[in-house]
Amino acid sequence: MDPEILFFLEVLIGGLLAGIMYSLVALGFVLIYKASSVFNFAQGAMVFFAVLSFVGFMELGLHFWLALPVTIALMILVGMATERLVLRPLVNQSDDTLLMATIGLAFVLEGLAQMAWGVEVRRLDLGIPDVPMMWFADLTDIFVSTLDVVAGVVAGVMVAALALLFSKTKIGLGLRAVADSHAAAQSIGIPLKHIWMMVWATAGIVALAAGMLWGARSGVQFALVFLALKALPVLIIGGFTSVPGVIVAGLIVGASEKLAEVYIGPFFGGGIEGWAPYMLAVLFLMFRPEGLFGEKLIRRV
Amino acid sequence: MQVSTLTRRAAGGVAAFATAAAMFAAAPAVAEEEQYFPVPSSRVGPFSAMGTGYYGGIIDFMNYTNIKHGGVNGVKLVWAECETEYNAARTVECYQRLLTGPNGQKMLVFDTLGTPGAYAVINRMAEEETVLAQYGYGRTDAADGTVWPWVFNAASHYWSQIGMKMQFMADQEGGVENMRGKKIVHLHIDSAYGREPLPAMRQISEDWGIELVEISIPPPGLEQQSQWLQIRRERPDWVTFWGAGSGMNSTGMTNAARMGFPRERLVYVTFGGAEEDMVPAGDAAAGTFVVANAVPGRDFPLIADMYKTLYEDSDEGNMTNPDRVGQVYYNRGVGAAVMWIEALKNAQEMSGKVGKAVTGAEFRDGYEALDMTPAKLEEIGISGMVAPFKLSCSKHDGAGKFRMMQWNGEKFDLVTDWMGPPDPTFIRGLVESSAAKFASENGVTAKECS
Amino acid sequence: MYYTQAGRHFTSYSSDSRLIPFAEDRILLAAIFAFGLFVLPFTASDYWLSGILIPWLCLSLVALGQNILMGYAGQLSLGSAGFMAAGAFACYNFELRLEWMPFPVSLLLSGLVAAAIGVLFGLPSLRVRGLYLAVATLASQFFIVWVIDKFGWFKNYDSSGIITAQDIVILGYEFTTPAEMYVVVLIIVALLTWLAMNMAKGSIGRNWMAVRDMDVAAEAMGLSLLRTKLQAFAISSFYCGVGGALFAFTFLQSVEPVAFDILLSFRILFMVIIGGLGTIIGAYLGSGFILLLPIFLNIFFHAVVGDAIDATIISAFEQVIFGVMMILFMIYQPLGMARILENTLERLRAWPFRR
Repeated sequence: MDPEILFFLEVLIGGLLAGIMYSLVALGFVLIYKASSVFNFAQGAMVFFAVLSFVGFMELGLHFWLALPVTIALMILVGMATERLVLRPLVNQSDDTLLMATIGLAFVLEGLAQMAWGVEVRRLDLGIPDVPMMWFADLTDIFVSTLDVVAGVVAGVMVAALALLFSKTKIGLGLRAVADSHAAAQSIGIPLKHIWMMVWATAGIVALAAGMLWGARSGVQFALVFLALKALPVLIIGGFTSVPGVIVAGLIVGASEKLAEVYIGPFFGGGIEGWAPYMLAVLFLMFRPEGLFGEKLIRRV
Repeated sequence: MQVSTLTRRAAGGVAAFATAAAMFAAAPAVAEEEQYFPVPSSRVGPFSAMGTGYYGGIIDFMNYTNIKHGGVNGVKLVWAECETEYNAARTVECYQRLLTGPNGQKMLVFDTLGTPGAYAVINRMAEEETVLAQYGYGRTDAADGTVWPWVFNAASHYWSQIGMKMQFMADQEGGVENMRGKKIVHLHIDSAYGREPLPAMRQISEDWGIELVEISIPPPGLEQQSQWLQIRRERPDWVTFWGAGSGMNSTGMTNAARMGFPRERLVYVTFGGAEEDMVPAGDAAAGTFVVANAVPGRDFPLIADMYKTLYEDSDEGNMTNPDRVGQVYYNRGVGAAVMWIEALKNAQEMSGKVGKAVTGAEFRDGYEALDMTPAKLEEIGISGMVAPFKLSCSKHDGAGKFRMMQWNGEKFDLVTDWMGPPDPTFIRGLVESSAAKFASENGVTAKECS
Repeated sequence: MYYTQAGRHFTSYSSDSRLIPFAEDRILLAAIFAFGLFVLPFTASDYWLSGILIPWLCLSLVALGQNILMGYAGQLSLGSAGFMAAGAFACYNFELRLEWMPFPVSLLLSGLVAAAIGVLFGLPSLRVRGLYLAVATLASQFFIVWVIDKFGWFKNYDSSGIITAQDIVILGYEFTTPAEMYVVVLIIVALLTWLAMNMAKGSIGRNWMAVRDMDVAAEAMGLSLLRTKLQAFAISSFYCGVGGALFAFTFLQSVEPVAFDILLSFRILFMVIIGGLGTIIGAYLGSGFILLLPIFLNIFFHAVVGDAIDATIISAFEQVIFGVMMILFMIYQPLGMARILENTLERLRAWPFRR
């Protein structure tokens, strides 16, 4: 094949795989937004908290397969505590107030994680090599990392499971009702506190998955908090309320930012992938103000 | 180890908060001579690994000097800490807060361990009569003491460093003549700090006939796929990596591995390669070259004695994790603090105040008189850890020399002796012309150096 | 309270529609301002002036700008730090390239530059709203900082990529000491605050609020959404730009573009929400909380605990306390600190009688 086409394909595939990694982070946002129309600013902190605790438990001597359920239990606990201490007193408050409360939560989680486990950068070895799959490289001359493929599969499975949960189960129906209106959902007997507790716990587990895959790639450290920023354009394009939209948008964002950086970046001295996805998101919004898969709102006076 | 750390923390925390009020009430009166030093540390946030190691080393050395030698000629060292979170605005606030110490003394020296913080305060130094000690970072043209009398680059600066790296590559290739036609990618964080070495690098590349490709990474840099794909297409002979924050640094190595780029062709900046950056990258890090201005290791007599005094014989050490004593940032902090204390000794002698506290101006003169001969380094116990150097009125950069290290997967191996840029006069010329430009733009009258 | 509202009647429309209806309130505000202008510069230490008061006033001004857009006009924006950067670097370049230009004029022009950019990036607001708009405005944040960082011209080709703010010279007098710079900041901030109060109370503010409360209804009543929204973006960005220029010239003094990063934008947003949306005083209270509380916690814990426990733990603990206080605040008073102040004043007014 022509090397230029090959290179284009490589950039495209690399971008798509990177995009799935963004989707994993964005998924946590969508879960919570869908169930409580809260933009959970603490999602990045939850990623950091979850994976740092996981590595911390392993350092304490727990085996990988023991540390995993312990961390999951911890994240469920965090979810329950969040519901009990932060959200329950704020039922029926405006979205801004809830956003602010999650910001406070982000500080608490970041601080607690650093207090408990220290600030050193840890390595997380999942046993999945982050090197090109040689058989694939021999076949096509395109380098694809095993870890990226695993991440893609994990993200795909999680999204499928959550999409089913939302659309096919009674809980999912309840979640959607709560998102529409706290008061209305409560008045028809939907147990708000259980729903929220569950969603936050699930978001915690999603955060752990995202944290483990990202941590395996770039080390377990504070910078994982900033992953939330990478998730924002994904959310915009995908719509804050759509689980499948997150995956599609992640692919779009990943591929477009890599292609932009490689093919347009050099004309401006590079570094454009910091804002290119946002510009793309703005363009998308011009045509679909509710995002690609967002629910179309009809506004009445 | 971790268990003990945890219990130690928990116990310490409970005890401390319980006795907090009592300690607050009992402010000790100044009985003996003291000298106050500020510690603008960054202990939380993305640069925490760096900040805890570096400022831990500084505090440990001051503490050690007090315990072992009873201070400097009897003057006890005291310090106050302020959290900057590695943020320019908070560094300015910390600067203002730390300006006067708890004992009423004015600070002598400020060290932000980072270019953003240093830039934020650099213009205040002359007015406040405080030394800005940039230990291997910060504004490069400050090495010209005629324009920047109060700013020092004691462990040399980025232009010497990039020159040294290129010399190292040339040596590896078998001589400068073999560099012609080679290709180097400068992969850097997209900020002023990342672009700082470029003036020197471009010139040397031109002289040597090297093709230089500049590729930038937007911070925080946890995703470098597109940059490394470009590198794969360029197929360079060498990559110089100029990152900040261990997320970016370790991702650089893992992505090199993903692209099959040999780590033996990857050269990291002083602020990119510490244990905190290497360990998270795992096997991908093995083979990577890192430049050192303060060599890690616990075998240097000073570091070994500090460890013994502060961590084995007592519990006075500042590091939460004692295993980090002797690592890159810790030793760099010790190196910086040694300069402070040596400058303080000089200042006391030069101003006839042996055994007394000195002022900022006296400290500045003492710092400028630093002459770290090999014999002196031997005496302090850091021979081989930092390069010998001598400062002067106009020459505010240190040795301009570095040692190249290579990560073997477990620790750093030293691969070269101290070496400098190929043409120090050329680097000096760059420094002077850049400083002159700054002086003319900002109406600074250059100081006369006889 | 030292006065009561009961039994007071306004006898003319002009007295009823005054900016601050009660003379006592006017006297109180004037007294606070006079205290800030005539007492603080002579009594406060340099640390208080340049480490606390100057950044607090500058960021309050920016928060005010953010509040105009978010609290009054209901347009969620996250680009405030980008507009600050635009203002700061515009001011630097006006002072650099047009040396004859007096500082207040440079400041005004840099505000206008920020306003023009604000209008440009406010265009998506005509189509999108809410959280989507917020993230769309993030594009401006990243783009502005990237442009300034990337093109050397904005920084006069400094080899380190930073600018050194020029001395503030007004009518031949150089304002260089902390006290002098503080006075400059205070006067400008007070002027712009007075202007904002007027706008908020007048027809401009009423238009904004109509758009905020229900833009479809406002449009149906004949309000031009295009005009009102873009006007809000322009005025808000103007405040951010002036605030950013003051922040750079009086506080940071040497500035790197990345000092105006996304985290600063977020902090401005926090200030507005915690201070109280749609209030003037909220901008001051909120920026006090977000900017000063971590500093006070840091001072407090270092003073109280000292070297007794690991400094890293203290720093992390400060973060936890800060977060907890933020959550408690929102639970206790979701409408922000301005509402707490208002309630307190109400109670004081009724004192000694309780409701």
